[in-house]
Amino acid sequence: MTGVLATARPLQSRRAIALVLAAYAALVVVVPALNLAVPAGSAFHVSDYTVALLGKFLCYAIVALAVDLIWGYTGILSLGHGLFFALGGYAMGMYLMRSIGREGVYQSDLPDFMVFLDWKELPWYWFGSQHFLQACLFVVLAPGLLALVFGWFAFRSRIRGVYFSIITQALTFAFMLLFFRNNTGFGGNNGFTDFKRILGFAIASPRTKVALYVLSATALLGALALCRSLVLSKFGRVLTAIRDEESRLRFCGYDPVGYKLFVWTLSAVMCGIAGALYVPQVGIINPSEMSPANSVEIAIWVAVGGRGSLIGPVLGAALVNGAKSWLTVSFPELWLFLLGLLFILVTRYLPRGIVGLLSPGQKP
Amino acid sequence: MRSAPQVPSLALAIAAAACLAARGASALDAASLEKLASGDGSAKLAAVQEAVTSADVASLPVLRALLEGRLAIAAGRAVVEENGAWLDPLTQKPASVAAAEVEKVSINNRLRRTLERAIAALGLFAPRAADRLHAARTLQEGADEDLLPVLDRVLAQEKDGQVREAVQSLQGALLLGSRDRDKRLAAVDVLRRAPSTRSKRLLLERLGGAAGGPGAEPDPAVRDAIHRAVNDIDGSLRLAEVVGWVFSGLSLGSVLLLAALGLAITFGLMGVINMAHGELLMIGAYATYVVQSFFRAHLPGAFDWYLLAAAPAAFLAAGVVGLLLEVTVVRALYGRPLETLLATWGASLLLIQAVRSTFGAQNVEVANPSWMSGGVTVMTGLVLPYNRIAIVAFAGLVVFVVWLLIERTRLGLLVRAVMQNRGMAAGLGVATPWVDLLTFALGAGIAGLGGCALSQIGNVGPELGQGFIVDSFMVVVLGGVGQLAGTVLAAVGLGQVNKLLEPFAGAVLAKIAVLAFIILFIQRRPQGLFAPRGRAAEEA
Repeated sequence: MTGVLATARPLQSRRAIALVLAAYAALVVVVPALNLAVPAGSAFHVSDYTVALLGKFLCYAIVALAVDLIWGYTGILSLGHGLFFALGGYAMGMYLMRSIGREGVYQSDLPDFMVFLDWKELPWYWFGSQHFLQACLFVVLAPGLLALVFGWFAFRSRIRGVYFSIITQALTFAFMLLFFRNNTGFGGNNGFTDFKRILGFAIASPRTKVALYVLSATALLGALALCRSLVLSKFGRVLTAIRDEESRLRFCGYDPVGYKLFVWTLSAVMCGIAGALYVPQVGIINPSEMSPANSVEIAIWVAVGGRGSLIGPVLGAALVNGAKSWLTVSFPELWLFLLGLLFILVTRYLPRGIVGLLSPGQKP
Repeated sequence: MRSAPQVPSLALAIAAAACLAARGASALDAASLEKLASGDGSAKLAAVQEAVTSADVASLPVLRALLEGRLAIAAGRAVVEENGAWLDPLTQKPASVAAAEVEKVSINNRLRRTLERAIAALGLFAPRAADRLHAARTLQEGADEDLLPVLDRVLAQEKDGQVREAVQSLQGALLLGSRDRDKRLAAVDVLRRAPSTRSKRLLLERLGGAAGGPGAEPDPAVRDAIHRAVNDIDGSLRLAEVVGWVFSGLSLGSVLLLAALGLAITFGLMGVINMAHGELLMIGAYATYVVQSFFRAHLPGAFDWYLLAAAPAAFLAAGVVGLLLEVTVVRALYGRPLETLLATWGASLLLIQAVRSTFGAQNVEVANPSWMSGGVTVMTGLVLPYNRIAIVAFAGLVVFVVWLLIERTRLGLLVRAVMQNRGMAAGLGVATPWVDLLTFALGAGIAGLGGCALSQIGNVGPELGQGFIVDSFMVVVLGGVGQLAGTVLAAVGLGQVNKLLEPFAGAVLAKIAVLAFIILFIQRRPQGLFAPRGRAAEEA
């Protein structure tokens, strides 16, 4: 595990920073302009579908960044980050369900699935879910608290490596089963969907979609800046030390638990925010987001892009998901073959991912 | 069984019927057919009653035809309509009748009810146990005392436990209403010996509550007997429930064990995180499917024994896939567990898609051999299905074989040596790469055996393995890595705990609770139930 990524110091040159900012500008200025201002018939028009797709990728990129922080820099492979993403999504979804109001199929104050279950009132944990600010709070708190408690137990008893990965997988699996139940009160199998509006704006309108998209791009830029400053700080050096030689770090007098716990929780919260941005753009959240397979897939985005490089996972998320959207439509048979091969080939032959290919100067 | 028929003539009829049945002959003769077809209402009734009391199974088609309005008279003789043609009911040969002459035999409501009951009663002699059981259940509503001699006769020859139980309960219910005190006492006894919730309900109804309502049992001795019988029934019902729980826990545990045993070798002994383990189960299940299809097409006579060929085939198929997996993926990544995890996950996706492309995305149907259907009645109210018993026995067998291999063979010795101290083993001349390869293939093959077993109790589809991967890892981690005994104990224990929680929490919550418990348990004891001592523990 050691050595491969020891020297990665991301986004330091002026050129790299300029490139990132230029990409951001292109995403938030050019794409919306081509979507809203250029008429639909024109060759330069960017369709609503493309905007939604890009918005989705941006959310995935935030997740990939969060996993890079915890896996690429701290050496903890989480197979449960899909859970934190989904929890953020559900927190936002609760608000979106409530803001449907009486426009649902059953014209009730309650969300449709509760009417369907013959429930007469909202369960207690839905209290206050009509307030947007509370939803935002829960987007941070739900994944954050879960990660804090889980991490505290796990890191304190020094569960490391594969064991940690496996129990995070069990965690997301357990939550998936829980959310699949109708009686859990989150819509069971179907989850939340049929949203009508967010903060009073119609959710289907192109302007709302563009706004959400710009918000996602900005969130990604913010996350990138935060992670960059984190990994370049002294704190980041400790994280790298945990990844490469945890025992030696402990002998040097550091207690890794606090460091791990902080970065683990931060990573979960980033996923939660990404999930909250994702749900209004995609228009649905259901328990399949928590399936173990989804969480493992996040790891491959990071691995393909190049872990421990911050920008790599962002590219990896976009590339893998781009390939997925294209292949699952054009060649559905091929997609799993490609994904499977990606897993095998990247881990065997490309330990530093695409970024490693692009910067051959650094020794592998 | 007490059989003291009130009407001697009935006893004679039964004796005669028994003789006839023993010769396998039909009692349907021209005289009774004549009565059924052209007699007046009471003659028809009598004929139907006689068919029942004489257990005349051969008259069943005619009775059915009469009930369904397919019995007719044409030119003075009875004919039955079968698929649009007229048949002679005695010979089953086509009868040439002119459509104009045909006159349907009509029935009234009273006869209709009697017919329905008669058909059900005769169903008690059907050749298939399931049909007999169905008949007994049908008769539970609206049977009367006329049926009692028939029931005696059924009980005298019935072998199937479930049918006996149903018939006894029926008999008890009928006798309970008798005017004869001794008969009622006998009925209480019969019901006590056929303990079921239905028997209990019948007894409590007879008791009519604490004060005793209308129709309640007047005789204090009988009341007393009923009280004692109800207590006895409660006791046996509780016992049956507990034994049932333990068994279903054991059976779930065996399923978990079969799913996890291969992983106990590849992950437990070798430390390889094989995320494609579930897909090796799936390969085993599909190998079973292929063998099954082959037997169905080419050796239908030996179909019941196809599992004897399917188990080795499943072992080989999964073992070969494991071999390939080790050579192409796992070998290059020894000592890099997280990379192994991702690469084997990729391999699992490849296997899923390969199977999907070959066999289709739908589930395939794997039929059980016929000896696996049905079950054995261990006690009244508790039937253990044969396929579950087979799974438990198979799991025990596989564990034994694995134990034998690891502890008692030279290969096992080498495996243990390499896993305990690779460098030392290599220094003593053990070809460690070969041992790794064989161990991994062995673990994969055992996963294939697990898949063969799973194909008998669940759906076989490309995603079969995905459902087991988390469970398998939980079992191995809980049992303690590298501990075969721990794996067995963890699997059976998890099965029991799961089944114990199910009645209170429901299946899904029970599973979630078990997962939560394991997550907490691993926090407290990262080494699992059976911790390896010393330095080995640190390296996990």
